[in-house]
Amino acid sequence: MTVYRYPRPAPSEITPRHLFLSRRKMIASAAMGVVAAGVSPYSALAAEAGQIDGRGWPAPDKPTSLNDITHYNNFYEFGTDKSDPEALSGDFVSRPWRVQVDGLVDHPKVWDIDELIRQFGQQDRLYRMRCVEAWSMVIPWNGFELGALLRAVSPKSEARYVAFTSVVRPEQMPGQRGGAFSLTWPYTEGLRLDEAMHPLTILATGVYGQTMPAQNGAPVRLVVPWKYGFKGIKSITRITLTDRQPPASWNVMAPNEYGFYANVNPAVDHPRWSQASEQIIGQGSLFYTARKPTQLFNGYAEQVSGLYKGMDLNKDF
Amino acid sequence: MSGRSVSSRQKNGFTPVKRQVLLYLFFLAPFVFDLTAGVMGNLGPDPAHYCLHDFGRYAIRFLLLSLAITPLKRFAGVDLMLWRRPLGLLAFTYAALHIFFYVVVIRHVDTHVLWRDVTTRPFLIFGLLTFLILLPLALTSTRKTIKALGRWWRPLHRLVYGAAILASIHYMIAFKTWHVQPFVYAALVCIFLSFRLIRKGRTPRRA
Ligand code: HEM
Repeated sequence: MTVYRYPRPAPSEITPRHLFLSRRKMIASAAMGVVAAGVSPYSALAAEAGQIDGRGWPAPDKPTSLNDITHYNNFYEFGTDKSDPEALSGDFVSRPWRVQVDGLVDHPKVWDIDELIRQFGQQDRLYRMRCVEAWSMVIPWNGFELGALLRAVSPKSEARYVAFTSVVRPEQMPGQRGGAFSLTWPYTEGLRLDEAMHPLTILATGVYGQTMPAQNGAPVRLVVPWKYGFKGIKSITRITLTDRQPPASWNVMAPNEYGFYANVNPAVDHPRWSQASEQIIGQGSLFYTARKPTQLFNGYAEQVSGLYKGMDLNKDF
Repeated sequence: MSGRSVSSRQKNGFTPVKRQVLLYLFFLAPFVFDLTAGVMGNLGPDPAHYCLHDFGRYAIRFLLLSLAITPLKRFAGVDLMLWRRPLGLLAFTYAALHIFFYVVVIRHVDTHVLWRDVTTRPFLIFGLLTFLILLPLALTSTRKTIKALGRWWRPLHRLVYGAAILASIHYMIAFKTWHVQPFVYAALVCIFLSFRLIRKGRTPRRA
């Protein structure tokens, strides 16, 4: 049986969904008692992932609990506190939802979110998530490769970048009604086309096999596991191929603090804090946070360093 | 409260010292709440940062309250002088807890990282400077040291104005984006400090 080669899951080694599901079923039936006791079958997955990692880190990588993933979020459209997105996203309506894909493409198209999921399917991707604020999680996303979507609209040869746009709905998103008066809405992000086409880059529509919760970016968000979390724009409404570098919200706000590339890099500090290590959310206690060293490209160097050959990562951070 | 005389205080059994100790303990309640909730797992996925932030806010709140006492007496005739010392000490205590959570719980006393923090990162430099002022003020607030310092005690403790300003700046630039609350606190600091510039001949000089 294929296992998650964590923490360096090559795209080819990701467990196909049917295997994953059968394993889940197997675990579930073998451990009804455990499940009944309220322990997720994913804890078995956790143990598995933990065994693979053997570098003497204080704690093995294992999936962060769904509860932590859904109660500790940076989603400033709902508020700046980590608990705001869960607490204040109750009014957010994420279905029906349309995603417009346009720009320098031969076949621009508008998809309904459920059509999108039907057409491109759902894979399980267990990815590390490294926030620019020096904390991290391990998240079992469900989604599909952005590359598949881009191929479907046939990018023109001039297309060099992909621009993403989120939503503006102050009536449903309290953070857009003032409060954080630094970012402007809609939130926007961008990738170079080769980054966007990379098989690790996904559009996620679920987490832990559940429909994407509002606070995590319902109904569809970007996940680029070798970049800081803020690149993962949430609640995407529009994807536009362009020939020039598109504006990215945090980069526009403070270009010296948030680079356009925002590749995870322990050697390049944020001006306001060290990036050398990261706090593992959901581990440790009130009196002792669990930490581990941060890895270049968040541990995905083998897969993605080729994209940045010849670039000065200190300058283009 | 303002009209209470020393004798009435003594009548209901509260000596000034006892009152101050009780007040002090009372205002440590947020600390006890957070600690209890944190140990029981009720502070969310990152209890350490919850405490860091909560204790930082309590530190600046108590600092502000301690600055409000003198203007309250001079301009509103409300005498809460007995609260001033415990409020100052509470600000110091919460600041110390705030720093403990950063240095020990979050940074694991990683001296390399901490040194870079306090030499290169402005918001942390402001935080450290604030604490470097609060520390000697706390140490010189016992009866003995007050007596020993004599006339130097007042000018020394005027440094608290500087601490309030530095703390406001630390708070203002502590976040990735501008937040509203730090500006509200900074405005209050300005108001409380500007009262000090007003001379009012009639008011008795001694607190
Ligand atoms: C060596 C001294 C200090 C250090 C290392 C320090 C460190 C920190 C850190 C790491 C943060 C969080 C910033 C973030 O969210 O990224 C913070 C926030 C804060 N600090 Fe300090 N601090 C120090 C002293 C103080 C003092 C003396 C006060 C008050 C008198 C204070 C009040 C605050 C406040 C109010 C916040 C914001 C809390 C919130 O609302 O979330 N700090 N400090």
